[in-house]
Amino acid sequence: MQFETIGPVGILLGVIARFWPVWIALAIVLAVGFRLRKRLGIYGRLHDDWAGLSGLMICFFWLFTAIFASIVAPFEPLQQIAIMKDAPPGAIDPDTGAVFLLGADRLARDVFSRMVFGSQIVLLIAPAATLFALIVGTMLGLPAGYHGGRIDGVLSFLANLVLAFPVILLFYLLVTPGVSETPIPQVLAGLFLVFPVMFFATLVSTRYSGQPKLLAPLLLATLVIGAWFYAGLVFNVDPLGLISLAPNELNIFVAVVFASSPGVFRIVRGLTMEIRTRDYVAAAQTRGEGPWYIMLWEILPNARGPLIVDACLRVGYTTILLGTLGYFGLGLAPESPDWGTAIKESSRLLRAHIHPALPPVIALMSFVLGLNLLADAIREQALKD
Amino acid sequence: MLSYIIRRLGIMALAMLCLSLAVFYLVNLEPNLKRLAISQLNMRSSAQELETWLEKNGYRQNFFVRYGQWLGVMPKEPTLDPVTGEAVPRFSYCNETTAARYSGILQGDFGCSTKFRVPVWQRLAPALKATAILMFWVMAVMVPVSLLLGVLAGMREGSRTDRALSAASITTAATPEYVSGVLFTVVFASWLGWLNGSAASATNQGVSFYNFTLPVITMALYGTGYIARMTRASMAEVMTQQYIRTARLKGLDFGAVVLRHALRNALITPFTVIMLQFPWLLTGVAVVEVMFRYQGFGFTLVEAAANNDIDLLLACSLISVFVVLTTQLVSDVGYALLNPRIRVR
Repeated sequence: MQFETIGPVGILLGVIARFWPVWIALAIVLAVGFRLRKRLGIYGRLHDDWAGLSGLMICFFWLFTAIFASIVAPFEPLQQIAIMKDAPPGAIDPDTGAVFLLGADRLARDVFSRMVFGSQIVLLIAPAATLFALIVGTMLGLPAGYHGGRIDGVLSFLANLVLAFPVILLFYLLVTPGVSETPIPQVLAGLFLVFPVMFFATLVSTRYSGQPKLLAPLLLATLVIGAWFYAGLVFNVDPLGLISLAPNELNIFVAVVFASSPGVFRIVRGLTMEIRTRDYVAAAQTRGEGPWYIMLWEILPNARGPLIVDACLRVGYTTILLGTLGYFGLGLAPESPDWGTAIKESSRLLRAHIHPALPPVIALMSFVLGLNLLADAIREQALKD
Repeated sequence: MLSYIIRRLGIMALAMLCLSLAVFYLVNLEPNLKRLAISQLNMRSSAQELETWLEKNGYRQNFFVRYGQWLGVMPKEPTLDPVTGEAVPRFSYCNETTAARYSGILQGDFGCSTKFRVPVWQRLAPALKATAILMFWVMAVMVPVSLLLGVLAGMREGSRTDRALSAASITTAATPEYVSGVLFTVVFASWLGWLNGSAASATNQGVSFYNFTLPVITMALYGTGYIARMTRASMAEVMTQQYIRTARLKGLDFGAVVLRHALRNALITPFTVIMLQFPWLLTGVAVVEVMFRYQGFGFTLVEAAANNDIDLLLACSLISVFVVLTTQLVSDVGYALLNPRIRVR
């Protein structure tokens, strides 16, 4: 079937025009960043460096795309317009005159809109799972590095056990419809959620142990928020309806946290072992501070540099993992617009049409590239200190 | 040294035991067993028929008894024909004998593949060979290229080569196999038509430049940037050492200093890095083999997992864990041997 198209220049201008809310938001962030770059510490100094600035802009670009997805995308991700099946980029729908900027896929869905909505899934799960993995790894790595001995032996053995397992096999065992039917994801989610609650509760109680008037409300708030997350994530009965994950999404979330927390554990453990020997730790010990106060308020702040760099790289790595899951059709629904699933769908039909494959591929690559550039720039800036 | 290796081998055996138990638990979850029974009978079987099939083939025995049987510390019992009461083999296509016997991993029996209807080893041996061929070519491309790039960049820190390499390696680190595979196929197979976008013919007709280049470069790309970066960092560090300056001040020319003094010490880190790449390479193998339809280990693993082929999946996980742990051991021992400053107790 022949379509009228708007030509390559039209496509380029059309795509740029569709992203208008993103450009406005980027301009605001950039202007504010430049104005205040002297006062913003490392974040401000990223503006001086070409690589850091481009990394920052790519990450913000995808963040704003995810936020404004419903304005940017002209169609719904699942909307099918039968006549446009396999339409080439820039094709015009003869009935309504709507333009399919990057063409339509095998099921006559707009490739551009799907790519834009795919960013929502990726930018929701990847950073959240990384944050969880960071907290779990930190909470286990700090005592392992600080106390050493038997705790360290057991925890390191467990971490190495998970790390020795090929990621792909782990996903095939943990993210299947069969596992979603069992309570395993809920149990694991409940287990992982203990760590953030413990983290904030310990953080608050070690700091304000001398001020019971402050401590009580803060602890209460931590526990209430923790219970709220428990209700939403583990039991899927959030009273406010804000936090809710479908069983398959919870399954993916749990598997990704499970796969990446041992890596964080190893890094935190190594950093703690090194920082433990510093004088300010010895000073705190002499003052009679408890071990958790020293770990959370003396060691952790001084380990933040490498941890922030690792977090950036890890969000990118998690994005790649999510793509792998999508590529093997694990967890996410087959019609889900996320980039990995889209790559799987289109790579099978590369011989016939290449245009549905390229947008998700380039989207995923650019986002991970942005994170890697950002991590590299932060590392460089941290080394200058 | 010897006692260190023996201790490590002991930990390795313990790790494999723990992991195989975990995998055994996961593949024997109730929904997975149901799926297996459905795939062995047919979609319309009643719950009763599925239950009978599972019961008959011994899937309803005690969990630990079955794990023991798989391991080879409990005897495998034949099934009894319900009509005649005679002992019959469980799966006829795997020529399992009709007498009870100890036959598990410890005896070298990997069990029976329910998906491919052959003994597991008969399926895995050619797959492992195919993957070994793929890995050989990947290593043959990846190791020399990445070492060369890393050494060239690290020789003169901050030079134009150095900055170009840094940019390139950050880009390749952002390109997982399923992305680079699609990009390469689009460029080299769809547009230029130079190479074959499928390696299916490599399995039976043998490897050729036409059908094997795309899988090899797809897999090599992701690792190349990473190893090159590590080599660069290691080389740059060595180049700042006192003995390099001494050699330069003695009047040796730059090439001789790099080749004779720096290279040997600079290559210790990349050696361990290459060895520790294996867990990731296994995932890459699965992606690349599925994408290019090459019937190797990764392809078999994905098929086994998708069909819940219990014995085959267990064998696959055991082999991959073994490979990962062995390369870790080799990397640690090799590091100690190469670096005279490190002594293991």
